[in-house]
Amino acid sequence: MRHIINLEVENHSGVLARIAGLFSARGFNIESLTVANGESEDESRMTLVVRGDDAIIEQVTKQLNKLIDIIHVVDITANYYVGRELVLVRVNCPPAKRGDVYQVVEIFGARVVDISQKTMTMEIVGPEEKIDAFLETMRPFGIKEVARTGPIAMLRESKKKI
Amino acid sequence: MTGAEMILHALKKEKVRAFFGYPGGAVIDIFDKLYDEDIPFYLTRHEQGAVHAADGFARASGEVGVCMATSGPGATNLVTGLATAYMDSIPIVAITGQVHTHLIGNDAFQEADVVGITRPITKHNYLVKNVDELPEILKSAFYLARSGRPGPVVVDVPKDVQQALTKAPYPDKVEIRSYKPTIMGHVQQIKKAAQMIAQAERPVLYAGGGVIASEAAEELQKLAEIAEIPVTTTLMGLGIFPETDAKSLKMLGMHGTAYANFAVQECDLLIAVGARFDDRVTGKVDKFASKAKVIHIDIDPTTIRKNIEVDLPVVGDVKHVLKELLKHVKPQKHRQWMRQIHDWKEQHPLRYDDNGRIQPQYVVEQIAEVSHRNAIISTEVGQNQMWAAQFYNYIRPRTFLSSGGLGTMGYGFPAAIGAQVANPDKLVIDIAGDGSIQMNIQELATAVVYQIPVKIIILNNQSLGMVRQWQAIFYDRRFSGTCLRRDPGCPPHCNGSVENCPKYVPNFVKLAEAYGAVGLFADKPEQVQPTLEKAFNTPGPVIVEFKISEEENVYPMVPAGAPIDQMIRGMA
Repeated sequence: MRHIINLEVENHSGVLARIAGLFSARGFNIESLTVANGESEDESRMTLVVRGDDAIIEQVTKQLNKLIDIIHVVDITANYYVGRELVLVRVNCPPAKRGDVYQVVEIFGARVVDISQKTMTMEIVGPEEKIDAFLETMRPFGIKEVARTGPIAMLRESKKKI
Repeated sequence: MTGAEMILHALKKEKVRAFFGYPGGAVIDIFDKLYDEDIPFYLTRHEQGAVHAADGFARASGEVGVCMATSGPGATNLVTGLATAYMDSIPIVAITGQVHTHLIGNDAFQEADVVGITRPITKHNYLVKNVDELPEILKSAFYLARSGRPGPVVVDVPKDVQQALTKAPYPDKVEIRSYKPTIMGHVQQIKKAAQMIAQAERPVLYAGGGVIASEAAEELQKLAEIAEIPVTTTLMGLGIFPETDAKSLKMLGMHGTAYANFAVQECDLLIAVGARFDDRVTGKVDKFASKAKVIHIDIDPTTIRKNIEVDLPVVGDVKHVLKELLKHVKPQKHRQWMRQIHDWKEQHPLRYDDNGRIQPQYVVEQIAEVSHRNAIISTEVGQNQMWAAQFYNYIRPRTFLSSGGLGTMGYGFPAAIGAQVANPDKLVIDIAGDGSIQMNIQELATAVVYQIPVKIIILNNQSLGMVRQWQAIFYDRRFSGTCLRRDPGCPPHCNGSVENCPKYVPNFVKLAEAYGAVGLFADKPEQVQPTLEKAFNTPGPVIVEFKISEEENVYPMVPAGAPIDQMIRGMA
């Protein structure tokens, strides 16, 4: 199963290497990893997407917890959470097709951020299902390039544990 | 205070009784300050010797072992020793020099990314970039090394940080917000454990190095006594429970006793205490203790359910958990189970063939006899290690020092030096093979110069015996790369029956003498006891070489990946 794990870590140099090293040394698979500053300067926030059965995920969270520089590990998968991913996507789009592409952009609430004689570039933010659906719909136009941030996520305050 | 002075100040504040190391350009400032200090320092002849000595010091004393090396090759020479300590959860603080901060990343002379290299083999490591952070980092290093599940910590200190001045004081204590080991076990879980013990008919205690780390041998013995539970230990746990006791099953696993392995396979409750279900213990995992409910007590949550399913986990410091558990466990008898164990012991004791030659098992028995089991034993790795584990009968913790997890050849001798420095009045013996001893033989100079009276007993079978044993049993006697007499004049294939073998190199007696140590040799069984007596009564370091047969193997033996009750028995 696919798990989303949030980490609060010390903003020390080498923390990312510790996490990456842990995953490669123990053979865990990371699907995506995002890193940026957290609430304060001395903390970073990471969101990991990891695939594995329950036993593997249990080891992943325990091993992460064991790293000295990691303050907090939460596997949010089984809870209600808000998940968002930002994606930039460039498709083939001669001027004649602009209307068609634009229609899809409208429907999904995406935004056009760049345009050329041959291509159109959009940004879209949303939960992963929406992004997957958007990319699927764009595919027939001919996707030239995709840049995804990987998801970030936060537990819902209003509706905690299931 | 300069950074260099702060490092020595920290050693004093942490009451470090001795440390081991080797100088170099990137630690010259620390050595310069050491010149006027009276902290006992031991100059080894190789950095690997220094880290193993720190490890032996730590295992024998329970204190943090400390070693120091310069940047680049000095630090990389610590790597094997750090990995050894990490696998066996031994507290070490290793201080390494690093090139100037402005040169880091520049491929400078003797530069290596030590923090990067040691990351997966240390509990934690630090690169100190600012001298004002140094005191707190040093304090944290000692705290991390000795607390929770202990382990080695590296502090990498650039040369300019050693030279820079700081006003920051050395803290009395340190808080690490992201590091809070669970000490007290969950009381409800512990009560459940007591219930499971009360209901069990065939319980077994399986105790490992964690019991030694938390100094809980006494509590474990009490538990075994009150609830009448037989005890098997891992290699790392030897000495936790007196092996002379009727309830002792001795060591389990690949080269464990048949009765320990039978007991584990037949038990209905397995209580794992400070042990981690290593593959050398479990053999085929899904056939391990398959009739038993499992209680697993360990301070490190990652060990729980890592290898096998557990019915009742208790995360906490073993000593605290056992103390709490003892409040709830009621006296019990398991007459039938104890009778069964007694029968297994009678039917399947550890044995060896008496063939008129010196038998290594006999040597180990005689070491125990002549030393009155009052020695600290360290071992190298391989057959010597297993015979030392099987035939001594350990009665006290911290008297058996061996590289269990990593299996580091060359560990035993420098570790014995460290153990002897920690215990100047004890008899310290390294049980060695002729292969392993040559991996850190240069430390003979250290032992002689400082008159560290370690006794090295070499069981010389003229080969790399454990690998040879596998070749003999599983590889059709194709002795590739394991004969230490082999030279280019030998036939391309040799199954061990060729005569007129080349002369063995080196001559260990002469080697000892070259270093100014005493060398003794024996090749007849009746010489074993008097030779040992002579060695133990000789002041200073002594090498004893016993010539043994290369055909002698370690039994019982569970083939890798087989269930542990399917043993190749040999004589045992």
